[in-house]
Amino acid sequence: MAKEEVVLMKGNEAIAHAAIRCGCDGYFGYPITPQSEVLETLAILKPWETTGMVVLQAESEVASINMVYGGAGCGKKVMTSSSSPGVSLMQEGISYMAGAELPCLIVNVQRGGPGLGTIQPSQADYFQTVKGGGHGDYRLITLAPNSVQEMADFVGLSFDLAFKYRNPAVILADGVIGQMMEKVVLPPIKPRRTDEEVIAECPWATTGKTKNRKPNIITSLELKPDAMEINNLRFQAKYKKIEENEVRFEEIMCDDAEYIIVAFGSQARIGQKALEMLREEGIKVGMLRPITLWPFPTKVIDKLADRVKSMLVVEINAGQMVEDVRLAVNGKIPVEHFGRLGGIVPDPDEIVEAMKKMIK
Amino acid sequence: MKAEIIISGFGGQGVLSMGKILAYSGLMEDKEVTWMPAYGPEQRGGTANVTVIVSDDKISSPIISKYDAAIILNQPSLDKFESKIKPGGILIYDSYGIINPPTRKDIKIYSINAMDAANEMGNPKAFNMIVLGGLLKILPIVTIDNVLKGLKKTLPARHHSLIPMNEEAIKKGMELIKEI
Repeated sequence: MAKEEVVLMKGNEAIAHAAIRCGCDGYFGYPITPQSEVLETLAILKPWETTGMVVLQAESEVASINMVYGGAGCGKKVMTSSSSPGVSLMQEGISYMAGAELPCLIVNVQRGGPGLGTIQPSQADYFQTVKGGGHGDYRLITLAPNSVQEMADFVGLSFDLAFKYRNPAVILADGVIGQMMEKVVLPPIKPRRTDEEVIAECPWATTGKTKNRKPNIITSLELKPDAMEINNLRFQAKYKKIEENEVRFEEIMCDDAEYIIVAFGSQARIGQKALEMLREEGIKVGMLRPITLWPFPTKVIDKLADRVKSMLVVEINAGQMVEDVRLAVNGKIPVEHFGRLGGIVPDPDEIVEAMKKMIK
Repeated sequence: MKAEIIISGFGGQGVLSMGKILAYSGLMEDKEVTWMPAYGPEQRGGTANVTVIVSDDKISSPIISKYDAAIILNQPSLDKFESKIKPGGILIYDSYGIINPPTRKDIKIYSINAMDAANEMGNPKAFNMIVLGGLLKILPIVTIDNVLKGLKKTLPARHHSLIPMNEEAIKKGMELIKEI
């Protein structure tokens, strides 16, 4: 067997390559730092000449997400990407897609906020993503890559999950993961689905009226409250199933750990370096890295809390995921938070210091 | 083997590309690599920097507190990173435009007059490859062969004619670098 080709690229570039390779039908987006290389790379690769994938720079993020809605309604594998302020603009469309049960991929390469903020890395959109930045009772399947490899791998995985559950999926990255270059093995090339395959796999999609079925209607509107309640109950049943089946996480040196760092994405990488430094000093630290931020690895954190002394949640925000960790721990042990704000990324020393302060 | 390196200078000096070439060379040697740029407004004339890690083992954090080697190409970078070199580590700097030279006694300090050499070669763009040559003399983390292979891989075919000039620049850097 031929050796897998290892290439060096930025996280943002990996998203673009992976999208084409997993048979994505359409990308609609608007440039914004630190995410612009996604659209730039697609423009350089010109997939419309090879796979037939549509790549369109929309007039705004609001337009992008509604183009995604349109494509997804037809059962197409469609996606957009942006960074924090751009994703805020998309919230209405995202809520509509959750309400219309449409599969799609939204990539958020986060930067510091609030407002226009800064272009430097941040994880301050955790609440927006996992608690619902738009209106209504909905959930987004949220994957947090911590490497360029995972940026590439999670594109296909997000689409698989989105279509499996007819629900939008989000890759929640940040400026570190988007801008850094690392080695990556790109996923194998999968052809785009044919029209017949789309009709067979997405019987709910608006694929053109045929004689043998009733019209398919894609909408989030239902004016009768009793019917709308039934819709909501269906969503909740689906979310429960996702919570039961799709939790993903990574445990690092947790077996003998007395203290746990909980971190996702870029902070899990920096936190792991801190873990190595603390271990060198003989302090038994482990790490729990949620890979899915929703569904959240509540059960595994609950179990860890039975045998460790305390947990330090490291995230580049003012304390967002720490709330979910505290809910999981339910008061059994102390849970502290360490973070930097507004685009500042801590170095491993700062995390080591925060951990020592917690232990003392 | 693990080398944690910061390269820092003015935007436009080829700081990020020097890091990229180093990272690609690491890739050619089947090593683990990370390349993490400061991607802010620094790129427009201010200070630009990139952290490159080349290692035999998996790399945890692409962002680090202390460096094995710092390549310093302007005064603000020296002010910022001199204190962040590990004791026993390496500092390489081009004295062009440096008013307050490094003072630490617990690191090895090297200077390289790459700016002048690049101008003498009639190619100011060779500057960053001269500096890279200097680094590779002191810290042979990758071979020249693999640097050239990496260049071949990253440069579009129409620029492959520039590779011999780059090789010459690397060798020039190896000759020029001197311990202080």
